[in-house]
Amino acid sequence: MNRYPLWKYITVAIALVLGFVYTLPNFFGESPAVQVSSAKATIKVDEKAKNRVEETLKAAGITHDGIQLDFNGVKTRLKDTDTQLKAKDVLEKAFNPDAGDPQYVVALNLLTASPQWLTSLHALPMYLGLDLRGGVHFLLQVDMKGAITKKLDSTSADLRTVMRDKNLRHSGVGREGDRLVVRFRDTETRDKARNAIADSQPDLVIVDQGEGSDLKLVATLKPQAQLKIGEFALKQNITTLHNRINELGVAEPVIQQQGTDRIVVQLPGVQDTAKAKDILGRTATLEIRMVDDSPGALEAAMAGNAPFGTEVYNERGGQPLLVKKQVVLTGDRLTDAQPGFDNQTNEAAVHLTLDSAGARIFKDITRESIGKRMAILLIEKGKGEVVTAPVIRSEIAGGRVQISGRMSTMEANDTALLLRAGSLAAPMDIIEERTIGPSLGADNIKKGFHSTMWGFAAIAVFMIIYYQMFGVVSVLALASNLLLLVAILSLLQATLTLPGIAAIALTLGMAIDANVLINERIREELRNGMPPQGAISEGYERAFGTILDSNITTLIAGLALLIFGSGPIRGFAVVHCLGILTSIFSSVVVSRALVNLIYGRQKKLTKVAIGQIWKPTVTVNGQK
Amino acid sequence: MEFFRINKDIPFMRHALKFNIISLVTFLLAVVFLFSKGLHLSVEFTGGTLIEVAYQETADLEKIRGSLGKAGFSDYSVQNFGSSKDVMIRLPLKSDQQSAQLGESVMKSLHAEAPGAELRRVEFVGPQVGKELAENGAMALLLVVIGIVIYLAFRFEWRFSVSAIIANLHDVIIILGFFAFFQWEFSLSVLAAVLAVLGYSVNESVVVFDRVRETFKKVRGLTTPEVLDHAITSTISRTIITHGSTQLMVLSMLIFGGETLYYFSLALTIGICFGIYSSVLVASPLVMWLGVSREQFITKTKVIEGANEDGAVV
Repeated sequence: MNRYPLWKYITVAIALVLGFVYTLPNFFGESPAVQVSSAKATIKVDEKAKNRVEETLKAAGITHDGIQLDFNGVKTRLKDTDTQLKAKDVLEKAFNPDAGDPQYVVALNLLTASPQWLTSLHALPMYLGLDLRGGVHFLLQVDMKGAITKKLDSTSADLRTVMRDKNLRHSGVGREGDRLVVRFRDTETRDKARNAIADSQPDLVIVDQGEGSDLKLVATLKPQAQLKIGEFALKQNITTLHNRINELGVAEPVIQQQGTDRIVVQLPGVQDTAKAKDILGRTATLEIRMVDDSPGALEAAMAGNAPFGTEVYNERGGQPLLVKKQVVLTGDRLTDAQPGFDNQTNEAAVHLTLDSAGARIFKDITRESIGKRMAILLIEKGKGEVVTAPVIRSEIAGGRVQISGRMSTMEANDTALLLRAGSLAAPMDIIEERTIGPSLGADNIKKGFHSTMWGFAAIAVFMIIYYQMFGVVSVLALASNLLLLVAILSLLQATLTLPGIAAIALTLGMAIDANVLINERIREELRNGMPPQGAISEGYERAFGTILDSNITTLIAGLALLIFGSGPIRGFAVVHCLGILTSIFSSVVVSRALVNLIYGRQKKLTKVAIGQIWKPTVTVNGQK
Repeated sequence: MEFFRINKDIPFMRHALKFNIISLVTFLLAVVFLFSKGLHLSVEFTGGTLIEVAYQETADLEKIRGSLGKAGFSDYSVQNFGSSKDVMIRLPLKSDQQSAQLGESVMKSLHAEAPGAELRRVEFVGPQVGKELAENGAMALLLVVIGIVIYLAFRFEWRFSVSAIIANLHDVIIILGFFAFFQWEFSLSVLAAVLAVLGYSVNESVVVFDRVRETFKKVRGLTTPEVLDHAITSTISRTIITHGSTQLMVLSMLIFGGETLYYFSLALTIGICFGIYSSVLVASPLVMWLGVSREQFITKTKVIEGANEDGAVV
């Protein structure tokens, strides 16, 4: 009667073996590594880079314990931290010959030291949160209103252009809060203007207002358009942050959207918050200047005597370019840059949009300099780079600029990205910051581990003394619960934090409840005179409903925490909920399998080791 | 070994009124403390900056205060944290200061006046985050309460679910009362502990109620108080052992978990102790006064019987 069919034993065995395999990587610790990843959107780290790392290390006589390529970059495992530092220097020199202009991020990292076969099974150690490994966490709030204001400002410039082109006389275009107001003197012009605006600006809702000689058109952005602007601003800010954080040389930065208007930035291992904040908040500037193509000037400049009022910058391909010092336009005037295609030639192109003031300046400068080249420079940390230097073919009015010619689609994409990356789409504020020193992280791991270990030991000792063999079974079930929980956390790569460790401990403390329920029920059945085999079977059977009920109420609390919790609470809730699920399996199925293995085959079982069964001398209220 | 050798059902229900008066008094006291003293909310809720530094030797708090004063900070608090070497500095939110930069400027002034500080942790929380956290916390509590009431009403009867949730909510208030009275820091992890303990204590009521239902169905001729007495008596052993085991784990966290887990485990300890008391000795009298009787179960059971033949009991 207390026998499981074979398939049940096999299920339990498979669960435990899988649990063991996926828990295993947590015991191997980590070994030092150097990671090479791309610092620029235009540079891809691939098989070639991997070979280059291998050759560089070979040339420097540094032995490594394996090189792997993944989506993060090329990671080289090394014997100890000394070799790690040496390898980092060597790779830094090889990959970034010009220290002022890094193409790659060469960062120190830690890789799991578990054997290759485990890694290939995706068995990785648990992913530790910042409070356990040290680092910086920022929560940034994107100012969506700012993004929309920016958009409205550039739209108001567009409106002026539209009306000038159509020769419509207005008496002023302006932004009032989140509305654009255009004033007119007569209805006829207003009607014409309304049609013209509606044709050119599909994102606007236009309403007539005012009377007499003070007639107005009031335009607001459609809600969908506002949403789109918000999304776009957020995405662009994330891209910009990526580019900037690459400079910090962080091995595994996390930059994620949170909610509709927030960005989380986590930089494990970074201690210098001042620098991190400086980089996050910095705006790179974009400048448009004229190129000095006069014969001989560049050669003179390369020889050290640049003509007055010019300086040399490098193009992205590496060729030097002589550029005038006078700035024609700055990036503030650029409202957008998108990759696309030329309407006539179908060549890849980048479309720039300038605001009204920018458009006017641009029109003047292009009229005067047809046939000459202009350079678009990205200046970061006082260091400039020419993104592109197109030839001016004709006068460009209206603020819509197209850069095309000799560009692949890929290059057009990258150029647009670089131009956009120059500035943040919307201002951002740091609304939450957490810095955890590495020593505190290590301390937290130790504390969490000790709490769990001693708590487990205390429960184990008590259970074994009080319930004897059934106590041993309960402890084994609890241990399998811990094993499965750690395995699932490792498998899911859920972030483990200190509250998460607390949740592991608490879940174990609560999970023993199920086994206490079972054991007490078995004792009670024995007390009532049932034979041992029957008591075991009844005990498990009857306890199950209660175990389910009580776990579900706990799970309700866990889920509520998961839904509404953020930060530390979420870390707690994830582990808590998973722990409840594993505990039902281990305390009911695993412990039953063990009991069945121990007692199930004995046909004439007269006694089970579940501790002393005390029988009352008086029956209660006439019950059996 | 058997701890609980109980010959007769303990007449808990005879003292039902006393139990409920005791809980009412503790409950009212907790409410009074909550209103008069208020919770000492952590930076996570109030917003502000918290900086933890460690010194090699015993830290000179006066010197640190002096250095902060000189640097132009106001309303700061400087305390030892865990040991005499660890110092916790708290700064309130100020609208005129670039709050996110506070961490660095504090470290600068410390290096000038009280050198040797190692930065362990900085936490800055802006005002909007704190408000959201408080709102989300309240929403989570509400969801737990509604979820549990619905589940228990579905599984048992509305009388059970109402009394279980009243009993356990009164635990929550008492935990909060303790935090208000002693002015312990109420942080996000304490909130997590409170909600976890709410789910956990409801178990207790579930186990007793399961027994009540079973006894009503199986045994005839008992009065309602006798049924409750029997249900409590026969589950008391399991109640104490389970809570004892959980408390062993929590105790271990209290001892080894360090400052971060201290208040978390403290909240759990209070929750577990009052959980035993309230879910057994408060919930059961409430069920009685709400008028639970055998008849409800006989009619009820006929409906339930088919769907759930055993009624799941311990």
